[in-house]
Amino acid sequence: MRWLLIVIGFLSGIISGMGVGGGTLLIPALTIFMHVEQKAAQSINLLYFIPTATVALWIHAKNKRIQWRVLGVLVVSGVVGALGGSFLASYVEGSFLKKIFGVFLFIMGVIEFFKKGKKDL
Amino acid sequence: MIGFDYIKSIGIGIITGFVNGFFGSGGGIIVVPALESIVGLKKHEAHATAIGVILPLSILSAFVYMKQGLLTKGYLSWITLGGVLGGYIGAKWLPKISTSWLHKIFGIFMIVAAIRMMIV
Repeated sequence: MRWLLIVIGFLSGIISGMGVGGGTLLIPALTIFMHVEQKAAQSINLLYFIPTATVALWIHAKNKRIQWRVLGVLVVSGVVGALGGSFLASYVEGSFLKKIFGVFLFIMGVIEFFKKGKKDL
Repeated sequence: MIGFDYIKSIGIGIITGFVNGFFGSGGGIIVVPALESIVGLKKHEAHATAIGVILPLSILSAFVYMKQGLLTKGYLSWITLGGVLGGYIGAKWLPKISTSWLHKIFGIFMIVAAIRMMIV
């Protein structure tokens, strides 16, 4: 059980560290395999992401891959969306939220599958 | 990065924050392609910058979830332990791997998981 959680976290962490959406791995893994409720899984993902992203961000910053001006504009405007989205999530039924999440995941999965791996550095 | 469009960037920011807050995830999936195709960042810049954008937004959303009583800490410590190790490796590997096979595997996982979540 404990090891399974570490493995799930580890695999999600690799994906998160690359910046391609670790939550889309962690949340289904938690709801499907560990039977965690949707909103609980979402909150676990938000929290797990904080130290995971901090470590990844530090490495990316050291390698000078971050565009700080773009980051600043997106964070400031993102605050508005983040507040709206989080409050809305709390008013939606958990089972319904899980279904909408499924639809979102399906669309993103199809896009992901047909995405070409570019190798421009 | 060619030109930097403030209006479009603000729009991307709002949508990213909203998705990330509503689904407790998925902000990166929105913001990475937007940074690449709309803002014109290089692939690895887009991925790295995306993490920097999502991190403060996730902290804010986690705070709202906490205020609304949605926060559950069960399993968190073990997942985070694995997550931090994985996050370190993922960030180190990013420039070294060709991502085309990763997209295929990840895409299939997402589709299967999505169907499971929609029907159960």
